[in-house]
Amino acid sequence: MATTNEIKTPKQSLWKRMTESRYFVYVLVSPLFLVLLAYVIYPMYKTFAQSVVDQEGSLSLENYIRFFTTEANLESLYNSIFISIVSVITCAIVGVGMAFLLNRYEFPGRRVLSVLALVPMALPPLIGAISFSFLYGSSGIFPRLFQAIFQLDDVPFALTGIWGIIVVHTFTMYPYYYLSASAAIRGLDPSIEEAATSLGANRWTIWRKVIIPMLTPAIVASSLLVFMISMASYTAPLMFGEERVMTMAIALSRTNGNLEMAATQSTILSLVSIAFLILMTWYQNRRNYQSQSKGIGVHRSELRSPLVRYITGILSFIGVVILLLPIMVITLISFAVDGEWTTQIIPTSYTLDHYIELFTDSRTWGPVKNSLQMSTVAVIGNIIFGVFAAYAMVRYNFRGKVFMDILIMVPWALPGTVVAVNLISAFSEGNIFSFNQVLIGTFWIMPLAYFVRQLPLVFRNTQASLMQMDDSIEEAAQSLGATWVYSFRRVVLPIIMPGILAGTLLAFVQGLTEFVASILLYSPSTVPLSVGIWNRMYSFQFGTACAYGVLQTVLIIIVLLINEKLKGETNQSGAALG
Amino acid sequence: MKSVKLENVTKSFGKAKGVENIDVHIKSGEFFTFLGPSGCGKTTTLRVIAGFYFPTKGRVFFDNEDVTRMKPNKRNIGMVFQNYALFPHMTVFENIAFGLQVRKMSRDEIKEKVARAQKLVRLEGYEDRKITELSGGQQQRVALARALVIEPDILLLDEPLSNLDAKLREETRIEIKRLQVELGITTIYVTHDQHEAMAMSDRIMVMDQGEIQQIGTPQEIYNKPANHFVASFIGESNIVKAKVENVTDTHVTVDIGNGVKLTGLKENAAPNLDFKTEKDILLSIRPEAVREGEGTNTLTGTILLSEFTGVNINYLVKTGDHELDVMFVNTGSEVLNRGDSITLHVPEKGIYFLSEKR
Ligand SMILES: Nc1ncnc2c1ncn2[C@@H]1O[C@H](COP(=O)(O)OP(=O)(O)OP(=O)(O)O)[C@@H](O)[C@H]1O
Ligand SMILES: [Mg+2]
Repeated sequence: MATTNEIKTPKQSLWKRMTESRYFVYVLVSPLFLVLLAYVIYPMYKTFAQSVVDQEGSLSLENYIRFFTTEANLESLYNSIFISIVSVITCAIVGVGMAFLLNRYEFPGRRVLSVLALVPMALPPLIGAISFSFLYGSSGIFPRLFQAIFQLDDVPFALTGIWGIIVVHTFTMYPYYYLSASAAIRGLDPSIEEAATSLGANRWTIWRKVIIPMLTPAIVASSLLVFMISMASYTAPLMFGEERVMTMAIALSRTNGNLEMAATQSTILSLVSIAFLILMTWYQNRRNYQSQSKGIGVHRSELRSPLVRYITGILSFIGVVILLLPIMVITLISFAVDGEWTTQIIPTSYTLDHYIELFTDSRTWGPVKNSLQMSTVAVIGNIIFGVFAAYAMVRYNFRGKVFMDILIMVPWALPGTVVAVNLISAFSEGNIFSFNQVLIGTFWIMPLAYFVRQLPLVFRNTQASLMQMDDSIEEAAQSLGATWVYSFRRVVLPIIMPGILAGTLLAFVQGLTEFVASILLYSPSTVPLSVGIWNRMYSFQFGTACAYGVLQTVLIIIVLLINEKLKGETNQSGAALG
Repeated sequence: MKSVKLENVTKSFGKAKGVENIDVHIKSGEFFTFLGPSGCGKTTTLRVIAGFYFPTKGRVFFDNEDVTRMKPNKRNIGMVFQNYALFPHMTVFENIAFGLQVRKMSRDEIKEKVARAQKLVRLEGYEDRKITELSGGQQQRVALARALVIEPDILLLDEPLSNLDAKLREETRIEIKRLQVELGITTIYVTHDQHEAMAMSDRIMVMDQGEIQQIGTPQEIYNKPANHFVASFIGESNIVKAKVENVTDTHVTVDIGNGVKLTGLKENAAPNLDFKTEKDILLSIRPEAVREGEGTNTLTGTILLSEFTGVNINYLVKTGDHELDVMFVNTGSEVLNRGDSITLHVPEKGIYFLSEKR
C-alpha cells in the first residue's frame, strides 16, 4: 500500500519549539484574560478607586464613613437585606411547596399547573413588575374591581412599597426553588423511603431523617441565589417607587451627581454579591448528595377523599389563574387604545394599532431595531469569548483557571446597576481598553454592558457540552490527519453546537430584555426595547408599552422551547456513545 | 509498511510513572501485541507512538525517521480507540470519509475508497446510518474501516474488543487478523487478554508496572517465560520453590522439600539463570505438563479438589508442602474424588527453571 502523504523530516523551527513549550497555553489564554481584565476587573477597580478618594482627590475612607453614618444609606442597606431575607423565605415556601405537591401527589389540574409553574421564567423582569402593578397596584385592576363591587370610596388593598417588591420577587423567583427541589425530589429513590419504613421509621422520622437532608442542598443553593438576585433587584423597587434600597440609592446618587457616593454604594453592594457568589461556588463544590439509583419514577400518591379533591381542584385553578394573569393582562392592555384607560377597571376601547405601528412606525420600531442590533453585537462577542474560554478551560490546565472561572461569573453576580456604574467609571474617558475612545454616550457601551452581563451564558452551556464529549474523539480526528483547526471545525464545533446555540439564544433574549444596566447607560439614539417600554409607561402609552412587552415575552418563550429541544438532542447524542 | 522503533522511551506524568525504558523494535508488517495487567502502561506506550504523548525521555522512529516530535496528524497512523471515538454527528459514510477529506481527495475517489473499506469490514449498505443506530460490533467495524481507509503505515488498536460480548469478540478478532494478513499492515495491538494476544500475534511484549518483562513469539513467551511474572501471567503455572542440588552439563536436580527430588533439563531455564548448588530457585510446572502414573520425577499426593469440565479433568493435588494444579485430557478413564491418592510424574521437559526474584 502506498503512502498517500509523504512525510518530511520535521525541522525544529522556532514556531514549533514555541508551540510545544509548556507555557504556550498561556499565550493561548492570554486574550481571554485580557478581555476579563479590560471589561470586568478594570471597571470594578475604577469604581473602587473612585470610592476611596475624598472631594479633594486624596486617598481616604471618608465616603465609607459617610455611608455608614447617613441614615438614608443605612435604611437602604437595611431594606435591601430585609427584602432579600423575606424573599428567600416566601420563595422557598412557594417553590418547595409546589415542587412537593406537583411531584408527589396526583390531583385535578396537576398537569396544567406543572406546565405553567415555569411561566414566571418567561416574563421579562420589567414586564413582570409592570403586570403586577397593572393587576394589584394602587390603580390596578383588582383593587378597583373590589372597590367597585363593594362601593368603597377608596381601593381596599394595593401592592405598594416593600411588600409589593416582595410579592413580585416571590412570583418571579420561586421557580429557582421549584426547579431545584423538583430535581431533588425526582432524585429521591422511593426505595430509600421504603427502606426507612421497613426499619421502623414513621412518616415524621422519614421527613426529618431522609427527605429534608436530601432536599437541603437544593434549598441552600437556591437560597443563596435568590438572596443574591434580590439584593440586585432594581426593577421592582423602581416600579413600586421604593427609593430606600441599595440599587435605587446608587441610581439616585448618580442622578444627583454624587459620583463618589454612588461608587461607594456600588462597591459595598459588589462585595455582598461577590461574597455570595463565592459562597455558592464553594457550596456547590462540596455538596455530594446524590441518589445512587437512576430512572426510577417517583410514585405519586393520589388524593382520594372527594373533599380534598374538590379543594385541591379549586386551589390549582386559582394557581393557574395567578400564573397566567400577568401575561393575560399585558396581552389585553397591548390592544388598549393609549390614553383612554384612566379610571375604568379594565380598558374600554381596543385597537390593533400598536402591533401595526411596531412594524410600520419608525419611532415605535426604533427601540426594537436598537435592541436587535445591540444584542446581536453583544452575542457575537459572547460566542467568541465563551466558546474559546470553554475550550481552554476544559482542555487545558493552566494556573489561574479557578480564578478565571470565578471572574467569568462575577459580572453575572453583580447587580446590573453596579455593572453600569462600573462601565461608566471606566469608559467615560478614553483608555487603552476602549482604544482611547469615550464609550459612554455611544452605541458601543450598550453591547459592551450586555456582553459583560451575559458573559457566563454561552461559556457555561458550551462547557457543559464539551465536558460530555470524549477526549478521544478529537484525538481520533487528529490521528486521521486533521489539523487542530480542521478537527475543531468539522468535529468539535458540530458536536458542541447545541450547547453554543442554547447559550447564544439565552444571551440574545437576555440582551433584548435587559433593562437595569440599559436605563443608566442609554443615549437618545440607542434607546433599547426595555427603556422604550419604561418611557411609554411614563407617558401613559400603556398599549404600546405592553405591545413591546408581548414581543419580548413571545421571543423568550420561543427561545425556551428551542432550548428544551436542544437539550433533548444533546442528551441523546451524549448517551448514545456512552 | 513501516517499522516502529522505540528507543529507551520513558513517559512520566509529573511524579507518577507511566512507562520506563521501553526499548523495542517492531518489524514492518508484523502483528505486535502489548500485553499486561491494567495500569501497566500499554495505552501510554501506544499514545507515545501515536504522538498524543511526548516522551519524557527517549526517541521514536518510524523506519529510520525520527518522529519523536512529529504531530499526531502527520504520522499517517490508523488508530482504533477503546471506546471507538466515532464522530457522533456524522453518518457511517462521513465517519469513514473523514480522513480522506482531510487528505483533500476528490469526491469520486473518496466514494470508491469508502465503499471498498465498507466491503472490507462487511458494512455494505450501512453508509447512511447514523452512528447511534449501530450495534456495538458495527460501531467497532466502522472505527476499523475509518482507520484502515487512510491506508496507514501503522495500525494501532487499543483494546478494540473489550466492549464486545464473547461471541462478537471472537468474530471480530478473526476479522481483524484476516484484515491484517490481507493488507500486511504493521499492527500494534493492546490487550490484557492473553488468549487474544496468543492467538493473533506474531510477537508479544509483556509489560508490568511500566516496564518490559519479555518480548517474544507466543511460543517463546509461553514455553520460555523470562521471569516469574511472565510465567504466572501467561497461562496457568505451578510455581514451586526449590533448592539446587546437583548440576551436570545437561541436567539440573533440585530438592523441593521433604527429600523429594526433581530433575529437569538445564536448557529449560530463564535466560541468564545461573545454577549454583544450594541456591534457591523456582520451578514453573504447567498443569498440562504433569502426567498420571509413574515415570521420571514421580510424585505422590492426595486430591484436594476434583473438577470435570468435559474436555479436561482438573485436580488440585497436595504433595508434600506443595499444592499442584494438574490437568489431564479426558480419555474416558475414571474421575478420582477428593481424598483419593494419586501418583503423578513430571517429564523432564515439563520443568522450567526461574530465578527466585521476580
Ligand atoms: N494522563 C495521566 N496522568 C497521570 N497518570 C497517568 C496518565 N495516564 C496514565 N497514567 C498512569 O500511568 C500508568 C499506565 O497507564 P496506562 O493507561 O498506560 O495503563 P494501561 O496499561 O493502558 O491500563 P488499562 O489496561 O487499564 O487500560 C498508570 O499507573 C496510570 O495511572
Ligand atoms: Mg489502556
